[in-house]
Amino acid sequence: MPKRLPVRGETVTLAHGSGGRAMRALIDSVFLDAFADTAVDEKDDAALVDFDSSGGDRLVFTTDAFVIDPIVFPGGDLGKLAVCGTVNDLAVAGARPAALSAAFIIEAGFPVADLTRLAKSMAQAATAADVKIVTGDTKVVDRGAADKVFITTSGIGVLPKGRDFGAHKVASGDKIIVSDAIGAHGAAVMAARGDLKLQTELCSDCKPLSGLVEALIAVAPSLRLLRDATRGGVATVLCEFALAAKLGIRIHEDSLVVSDPVRGIAEILGLDPLYLANEGVFVAVVASADAALCCQTLRALPGGAGAAVIGEVVDDYPGEVVLVSPFGGERLVDMLDGEQLPRIC
Amino acid sequence: MKFSSEFRDPAKAEALLKAIERTLDGMPRRPDRPIHVMEVCGGHTHSVFRYGLHRLIDPRIEFVHGPGCPVCVLPMGRVDDCVKIAERPEVIFTTFGDAMRVPGSRKSLTQAKADGADIRMVYSPLDALDLARANPSREVVFFGLGFETTMPSTALTILEAERAGIKNFSMLCQHITIIPTLRALLAEEDNQIDGFIGPGHVSMVIGIRGYDFIAELYGKPLVVAGFEPLDILQALLMVLRQLKDGDAHIDNQYARVVPEAGNTVALDAMAKVFEPRPVTDWRGLGNIAQSGAQIRTAYEAFDAEKKFALLAADVPDPQVVKCGEVVKGRMKPTQCPAFGKECTPQNPIGALMVSSEGACAAYAQYAAPRLRTGRAVEVADA
Repeated sequence: MPKRLPVRGETVTLAHGSGGRAMRALIDSVFLDAFADTAVDEKDDAALVDFDSSGGDRLVFTTDAFVIDPIVFPGGDLGKLAVCGTVNDLAVAGARPAALSAAFIIEAGFPVADLTRLAKSMAQAATAADVKIVTGDTKVVDRGAADKVFITTSGIGVLPKGRDFGAHKVASGDKIIVSDAIGAHGAAVMAARGDLKLQTELCSDCKPLSGLVEALIAVAPSLRLLRDATRGGVATVLCEFALAAKLGIRIHEDSLVVSDPVRGIAEILGLDPLYLANEGVFVAVVASADAALCCQTLRALPGGAGAAVIGEVVDDYPGEVVLVSPFGGERLVDMLDGEQLPRIC
Repeated sequence: MKFSSEFRDPAKAEALLKAIERTLDGMPRRPDRPIHVMEVCGGHTHSVFRYGLHRLIDPRIEFVHGPGCPVCVLPMGRVDDCVKIAERPEVIFTTFGDAMRVPGSRKSLTQAKADGADIRMVYSPLDALDLARANPSREVVFFGLGFETTMPSTALTILEAERAGIKNFSMLCQHITIIPTLRALLAEEDNQIDGFIGPGHVSMVIGIRGYDFIAELYGKPLVVAGFEPLDILQALLMVLRQLKDGDAHIDNQYARVVPEAGNTVALDAMAKVFEPRPVTDWRGLGNIAQSGAQIRTAYEAFDAEKKFALLAADVPDPQVVKCGEVVKGRMKPTQCPAFGKECTPQNPIGALMVSSEGACAAYAQYAAPRLRTGRAVEVADA
């Protein structure tokens, strides 16, 4: 193994992005060190990934850019988010994650120690998701030209032959399943921004979903639709489902699982947990007959404790989502316009 | 979660709905229209729609959505003032979140922020004061928006700024008061309001005696209510029982929070810092005398209007939207010619479309036209 160069100085500078010795030192000591267990130990610009298509398996490819303020929050950080986000995009497409790339845009002045922490946390998340980070890139920009660090990850996954779900399979009577309690990531990040000055027990739900998805597919061959409920929350996914399937969706407010800390912060700020972001929660549509077993299976797994059937697909009001309150009142659940803003009173 | 679930009990809601129905059965039916009950406060409007109460109540009653949403009645000219101040390079402009999207004649605060102005959302005026402490070379301006609900906290912030000798903090005062506006609404001869569900948080500060004129002069009942669905249904029942008995007085459903005399500590702080403004412009309602507050001369060092020598510009409401008619209860949001056409939640023209407490935004968000007709009724019965 070639000797690794030590990084000099405590903060990232433009020199670290110059392509020369300083950059190699940064890559060596921060990234290759952190990814030693997950990545191939090569510094070539491209990685080789083995893939056997003879059985009819196909490749799934996705990319996502990650920015978040603050970069560290209860339950995760930007690094974990960047891995989980792309892993989850692959997982909800039905694919088993195989390889990731990671590109970093770093603002000059960012502490090397913090970058190392992000890289370690990416490595941990990758290990948890059983995926390797096989290639990457680093750019450093002037102070003010980026906010601390931006990470872009791309991922390749393998879609086994025969896995085929989509809106065309959805039928009236199908059940809607959510894999865990909702809104924790959005609420935790909002609280972590610090300007609320609230002491909370909020913790982001940021986690890889690939294990839960595999377990779901194993017990529910009838799986019709699957998506992770990130920005825009569960409400937005349901609206997209209803539009794509050209059927109505009816959900029941008392079936939604919302933790007390999330409910509390939502009440105080006038936010709706249905629209809060999640980074480790998926929404699935399955045949009615499979729904109970799906929930039972998910609840037995870590990260699926709050799994619940929250509603059903109906023939009424095609393309729309309706929420029924515990005493029978109902309202339309629409897509969010812009971001949710805290209300004044 | 104990602090709210007991106010959302389905069995109790059903009992209240039945009691409302029975009360109506004992009353002669109006030939011309349903009974109009105005929920004054935007928070109530939001709850009515969020819990679908407007669809659960007997059709012999109709909710009329009142002017009690400070964001909704924020006039364009005032948004322009905010933008003007926020665009000054030395200023950090701070505001509650929901004022960000209100359209001005040039731009909203959201647009101004995108164009480079330093605008920050805060949750309390004290956070703005902390920003002033942390940024001594900048001018921190807080947009003091709201009814009596938010006035005590801004008054106390100004008192604290004075005590601590903070020179780089000021407030643009857009505080408004609900009583003069209710007076103006009732003074209009063709108003069609039979009774009121009165604001909860405002009354927590001002108490309930200020509403007496509504019963005494106009013979209409008002019941101060909390914001949970059961609060609103119970208050509605209390209003109906008064109407049935031919009675009109001011009642308090929200006694767990609202003391009859209000909060004297808060009222004292407000009286110290604020005085009535001769005239205040309300979006949709126009100018109403003595309906707003301004900062007293003794505290003018903290008055952004003085500090930045603002001349209040009178910008007329956009002609296409009928916010005024909706706020006065003469028109349903869907009857406005711009509703869902030029004016949508994506592109709000009228302020009632901007805030989630605005009647039009609530209609658009929770009760799209497709849902309000026909089939949805079957769903409710299912």
